Parts: sequence; structure tokens; C-alpha cells
Amino acid sequence: MPTQTFQLNGERVSVDVEDDVRLLWVLRDLLGVTGPKYGCGINVCKACTSHINGRAFNPCAVPVGELSADDEVTTIEGLPATAGADLHPMQEAWLNRDVAQCGYCQPGQIMAAVALVRKVQREGRAISDADLDGIRNICRCGTYTRIREAIREGEAAM
Amino acid sequence: MALAPRTTRRTAPQDAGTPVAGSPATDAEVSLEPGVQRRTLLGFVLGGATLIAAAPMGAGLVEPAAADGIPSVPQPPEIYDLNDFLSHAGLATSLLIKIVINEDGTASFELPRAEVGQGITTSTAMIIAEELDLPLDRVKVTLAPARPELLLNQLTGGSNTTISTYTPIRVAATVARGALLEAASVLLGDTVDQLVTKAGGIIEAPDGRQVEYGELAVAAAARQDREVQVELGERRTERRVVGTPQNRVDALEAVTGRKQYATDLQVPNAWPTMVCRAPTLNGKPLAVRNLAAVRRLPGVTHVEMFDFGVAVRARTFGQCIDAVRAIEADWEDGPVAGEDDASILEGLRRAQLPLPALPSLPLLRTVNQDFTFYFRSNSAMDTNSAIADVRSDGAEIWSGLKSPVVAQEQIAAMLGLPVSSVRVNVVQSGGSFGRRLFFDGAREAAQISQRMGVPVKLMWHRADDARAGRAHPMCTSRIRAAHTLGNVVAFQQSHTSIETDFRHGLGEALTAFAADLPAGLGNLAFSETVFTLTQEMPYNFGAVLQTLTEADQRFNTGSMRNIFSPDVRAASELMVDRLASEMGRDPYEFRRAFSKNARVTAVLDKVARAGQWGREMEPGTAQGISIHKEYKGATACLVEVDCRPETVNRVVRDAVTGPRVTKVVFAVDAGLIINPTGLEAQMQGGINDGIALALTSSLHLQGGHFVEASWDNYFYTRQWNTPPEVEVHLMPSDSPQPGGAGEAGVAATFAAVACAVARATGEMPTHFPINHLEPLAFEPKPFVPPIPPSPTNGLRLTY
Repeated sequence: MPTQTFQLNGERVSVDVEDDVRLLWVLRDLLGVTGPKYGCGINVCKACTSHINGRAFNPCAVPVGELSADDEVTTIEGLPATAGADLHPMQEAWLNRDVAQCGYCQPGQIMAAVALVRKVQREGRAISDADLDGIRNICRCGTYTRIREAIREGEAAM
Repeated sequence: MALAPRTTRRTAPQDAGTPVAGSPATDAEVSLEPGVQRRTLLGFVLGGATLIAAAPMGAGLVEPAAADGIPSVPQPPEIYDLNDFLSHAGLATSLLIKIVINEDGTASFELPRAEVGQGITTSTAMIIAEELDLPLDRVKVTLAPARPELLLNQLTGGSNTTISTYTPIRVAATVARGALLEAASVLLGDTVDQLVTKAGGIIEAPDGRQVEYGELAVAAAARQDREVQVELGERRTERRVVGTPQNRVDALEAVTGRKQYATDLQVPNAWPTMVCRAPTLNGKPLAVRNLAAVRRLPGVTHVEMFDFGVAVRARTFGQCIDAVRAIEADWEDGPVAGEDDASILEGLRRAQLPLPALPSLPLLRTVNQDFTFYFRSNSAMDTNSAIADVRSDGAEIWSGLKSPVVAQEQIAAMLGLPVSSVRVNVVQSGGSFGRRLFFDGAREAAQISQRMGVPVKLMWHRADDARAGRAHPMCTSRIRAAHTLGNVVAFQQSHTSIETDFRHGLGEALTAFAADLPAGLGNLAFSETVFTLTQEMPYNFGAVLQTLTEADQRFNTGSMRNIFSPDVRAASELMVDRLASEMGRDPYEFRRAFSKNARVTAVLDKVARAGQWGREMEPGTAQGISIHKEYKGATACLVEVDCRPETVNRVVRDAVTGPRVTKVVFAVDAGLIINPTGLEAQMQGGINDGIALALTSSLHLQGGHFVEASWDNYFYTRQWNTPPEVEVHLMPSDSPQPGGAGEAGVAATFAAVACAVARATGEMPTHFPINHLEPLAFEPKPFVPPIPPSPTNGLRLTY
């Protein structure tokens, strides 16, 4: 069985598992990192949204063998450290707006929001209504109103 | 027929509420409880190492009795509704709920309900914090495991948690406070009436000496149980916690990924387990042709056949998915093989009963309309899941369960174990929407663990959760209304539905208490009883008759957020608009004129004013307005919808766009508000549910199975559908009792959106969601294998 090595939340991890197992299960079932959630397994619901090398991605759609030892995977558990704080400003905004209801999709929502803000900042602009409309992460509790408010609040602090 | 003037039991609040977000407490939130009689209630101090205060679950409830001023021909919910029933189902038992005061100065409480996102752990902690003068973060609320002695009192449903637990929790907290004061009086040498509790869990004597609750926890403990009489009510004029905006107690855990759901729990050896299901709904496996090969797949430890499918246990869920896809099995067709939406609808129409004759009056004009509501999925984000560890002499289950006592009884019987040997832990879950009233995942996990002889962590695939999980049944609603000389003299609504499964505890409660229901309701079937106890036409429309007929038990059904009301109310509010139009009246003014209830009128006025009812709108866009009365409260919704081609035809990949609700103004009178932040959140969520029901979300039955297998097939409201502008108004209330919140946002929103679409397009929609009969917006995924492959292109889709 091959050994898979990559960077996870600032630490190098190695785990023995077949190449074709999707990263989501390596994180959740083998490494016990359960912040990224399963909501569909086919890159639709986006509940597992995390970051790879600073960009949003969905580990349910990535065979672990495709990662190299230098790839930096950040899950919600590692997000605060990227801001050098106890909580990332986007998490603070989420708390401020009391966004979560059942909470299940929220780690993915926050990771998507952070990547979206970084993306528009790279493009030298601010989040627009169209950007918010384009977010694919589903929330079955229907917390969309507060998600939109929190993203704008988090953007201001990023 | 004379239309008797109706009197109501309550006068309207002085003015409407204000938007809650960020606003300070309103007058109503800090006022006394007007009209509340001082009541002496029974509580207990129980023997224990530290102080344990308790109260019976039924504390404060009184038997139903008709009050003065009830309208002459009231519908059942006006006198006795489902919430009364759910609360009274607990009266017969003297079951205790307990608050423990710990030596660290905290209070802990095991809530015999399920937290699924509705915010009851937060609101419960607030009620205890209020009575005990404790900061919110020093009250720890956890979910109680199945307590068989609680019988029907451990059912989470009907938005009834706060309605039924508010007074018992206050009694227990008041008992605790009294015991702490007594212990402090011994310690400080003052009489109890000279001592005061101070915010922060401190008791102070007149000379300023203080003692903290933590120091008294042991001293206040009882050696043996004793009864205590307590009085609830006007202890002080200002509430410090209840009524103030508070964030969820689990918010930090949720945003850091630390909040744990069933599949996040680490139970030793509970390895990932999934099920391969039949290509037709509820089909059964006959044989697995490649059993040996599947057992040899990487990571796989066990493969076993059950009547619900073929279960696979492996090192990772990814390997379970691969193994499920590799299974080659022979299947017996399920009971709806070959059926589709049209054939099921035909069966429903055959089951419809004729509407009764209308009164014979001069100049009578009638309006008639049939509405159809297709199947909808109550699948949550967190799929059906459970951990089971079944041994020869006992079993332990972990799952998100709203009826854990029934789950425990049935699972014990299935396993052949005594109930006392089956521990059922209630885990916080990622949504419910009715789904977790059942325990399909727990039942399967227990069977699988028993057969495999190892612990299992069962998780349903999303495709199964949507296709084979429970659905809100297809139904039709036929309405006939008659008006003459400016009055509506009759309103008949005959609802015909595929059976809604209530065999999850509510059914047992109805059986047990049928004889106690007023007006012979106990003779009705479960669903008819629930229908009768929840449906109330909030207008003075003369002879009102609403009935439910059920047919066809072959589907996996359950109630979905707000049970019957969204469909019933959408149909009836559309007809209210038609009546208004026929009678030449404005929809808002018409509703106001015929409203039966002052609380309803107040919320209606609120949304009409705040939402600028009647403002000029562009062609192709329109407002819609509606009202609803349930859960000891009242709601009204005003929406604006954009049905212009450039909006309807927006292109979003793998999505349904269609009409966009651009603005929602919602008002709720939920009685005494415990947590305005949570109440507003529940309305915001319910608004998105109502929009989904009206516009986008349904299951299509084709060839004996539902085709939707993904969130990009089953179109719950998404960001491109959600209203950019949402305003929720929480009405001040003089009610001393809280109402229900979790489901209260749905019905009025669905109805308002339906009415707005009718007004924007000039055509009243008669089936829902309105896009159901359009060509599918997706390519259905195969049924063999039953679940889709895991994608591999994730690294090419980063942003």
C-alpha cells in the first residue's frame, strides 16, 4: 500500500492508503479531521470545501495520490492559523451574524467565502451580488441571508 | 346562513414589531407577564452529590377547556391544536427533568429533545440562565439519551419543544434557586428573604457578604428527595436573558469544524459502512452474483445482504462507494415498479371524495380549483447516518433522533434484546426537516452490526438519501368557495394525499391519547387527526370545511417542515386572491376585512406597511401577500417576484433559475420570544423552504423510482434563487407563553410566492413546484449501480 505524504494545516502528514481513495476520506476516516463534511461525494454540495495551496477545492473529488509532498491542504481546522489568529476574520463574521443553524455545511461555506474574497481581491474588486449569487455551496437550513451578510462583513476585515 | 360576528380573545398589539437584527430589546421583551396568575407549582429537590432540582414535564399545563368568546363555529385548532396535543401527551406521566448545579458554579441540563439546527439548546440554556441569574455560558445543555420512562415526552416535532418545556424548565430552575438561597441562608446566617441572587451566580446578604453557587452546590444537595412548592412569575420586572438577542451556544464549534455529528464520532472499530440499494424504490436483493470478488476489494472487510440492500463495510467511505458500485445483484422489484408521477396522480384523483353540497342562496357565485403538489424530499445535508455497536448482550446506538424512545423500543425488539440493554444516544444532527422523526439509519445500522458482528458507522449516500429516503407525499387540494352579496359564505377544501407516515411516536401518542381528544377527533386516522389539529382557515368565510383523504402506502414518506400547512395554505391563499379579484377587492384589504383573528391582522398590517403593499411594480413583476396561523402564533409574508424573461431565463450551470423572489418582508407573532436572534434565523430558513416549494424543488417518479440523486437534481433554494432582500419583523406580544418557531416560516412564504407569481404572470399556478412539468433540468444518474462514481477532477476546479 503506498504512503501518501502532503502538508495538512501546516504539518507534514503521511498515511498508508491506496492512491485512488479520495482525499475527503483520507482526512475524515484515516486522519480524523472531520471539519470537511460529506454532503454528496460528487463535488456538488460543496460541504467539504477546503483549500489547496490557498485555493478552494473539494477533497471529495481528488484522489489522494494526486497530491505531492509540497501540496498544502488547509481545512477549516487550519484556517485560523492562516490569519495568525484564534479565528479567521471570516469565522468572526460568521459568529457576529450567528449564521449557523444546524452547522453542517458551514465549514465548507466559510472556506468557500474566504477563497471567494481572495479571488475578487486578486482581481482588484469587491464582492458583488453576482459573486454571492454564484456560490454553489448548498445550505438546507436556508441560512443564505446571513451567509451573504457575513461574507461582506468578513471581506471588510480581510 | 348568517355570518355571526366573531369575537377574539386578544387585542392587537399597539404597533408592529421592528426588524430584530442588532436592535435592542423591545418594550415587550422586558415587560412583566401581564395577565399571568401567580401559580403554585410542584417541583422537587432530588438526592444527589450536588444540588439536583427537578420538575415534572407536564408542569404548568392545564387540561383543555373552552374559554369565553370563542367563535361560534370554531375549527378545532382554535380551541385545541397539535401543540396542545403534543404537550398534553405528557400530562399522564410524572416524569422529571433535572437541573444539576455543579461545584464549578455551572448548571447542567439534559434536554429530552433533539437539536437539529432549530436552536433549542440555546433557547433552553437562556431560560435556565434567566431563572438562575447565571451567565449563559455557565449553563450547559446536552441532549438526553433515550429515556424510556419519558414515553411520549421525548418526541421532537411540531415545533413544540419550547411550548412544552418552557414552564417545566422554569419550575426546576426556580426550585434550584430556592435551594441555593436556603443553603446560603445557613452559611450567611440571614433569612432567605433577606438574600438576593445576583447576575453571575452569586447570592448576597444585606451586609454585602457574598457566596457563589459553586460553593453552595454540595451544601444545597439533598440526602433524599423532597417536594417543593414554587411560584412562577413576577420575580422582577426585567428579564436579563430571555428576550435578548443571543447567538447560538454551539456557534463557535460550528464555525471551527469542531461540532460533531454522527459520522464525526470516533467509536472504536465503527468502520465506514454503506448500502447498495435496488434500482426500483424499496426493491429487495435476491442474490449477489459477485460476492467473493466484492469482499476482496481494497479496504473491504464485510459484505452482507439484507432486505433493504447489500451492506458493505470498509476502511474508508471511499472504498465503500467503490464496493457498492461493484456489486452485481439480482433484485426483486419494489412496490411502485413501473409507476410514474402521472399514474400515481391518477390514483390520487380516484381516491378524491366528492365535495359536499353548497348552501342554496340567491346570487351565489362559486369558484373552483384543483391544485397538485408533487413529491418533495426532506433530505438534510447530513444524510441518514448512525453508529451501531451490537453485542450479544447489549447494544449502543448513536444517531440524530427525534423519537429516540420509539427507536430504542423497536431496535431492541428487532435485535432480540431487552430495552434496558440498548443504549440510544441522541447526537446533534445536520438538519431534520421531518427526516429525523424516523430512525431509518439507526435501524439499518443495528441490523448490520448484529449480522457482521462488528461496530459500524453507517452513512447513506446522497443519491440514496434523495431517492430512497423519506419524501413529503404527493397530494391534491381541491377548493370550492362561494360568495354572494360581498360575503364569502362557504369555503371547502378537500385535500387528498399519498399516506404520510406518522408511525414514529406521534402515531403512538395519538393512539394512547385518542380518547382524550375533544370532539371525537380520536376516531380519525393519525394523519387525519394531525390535519384536523393543525389546519385553520384564518378567515370568516362562513361554512368552512377542510378534510384530508389518504391513499397509497407504498412510498417512504414523512412529514416535511410544517407538515400539511404549506400545501393547504398555498392552495387556499391563491383562492383567497381569486375571491378578492371576483369581488373587486384588493388582496390585502380583502384579507384584512375577513381576518378572524387580531394577531393575524396585526402581522398582515405589519408586512403590508413595511413592504409597501400596492407600490407600483414593473410589468412582469408583482407582490404577493399571505397569512398563516399555527404554532400558537401568527405569520404574514409579503414577497416581490420577478417573472420577466431576462430573469426567468438566466443561465446558471446545472441549476434551475426561473422566477426570482427579489424581496421578502415577513412578520411573526410567536408569543413570548425567548431568543429573537434564533427566531429570526428560523423565519429566514423557512422563507427559503417556502420559495423552494413554490418554485424549484420536487422529486420526479419515473419507472418506479425517483430520479433525483444529487443537490444539482433536487433543487432546494440556492444562492441564485434566494432573495437578495429579506426583512423579518418580530412582533411584540403580550403572551406569557412562547410559541413554535422551527416550522413557522414556511407556509405563509410558499403562499405569498404562489400569489405573487399568479399576479406577475396573470396566470394562477395550479401545480407545485411550478417547474415540475417542464423537461428535467438534469440528466438522471443511472440506477445501476445505484450511486454515482466519485469524481477525480477536483484539482482542475480550484478557485
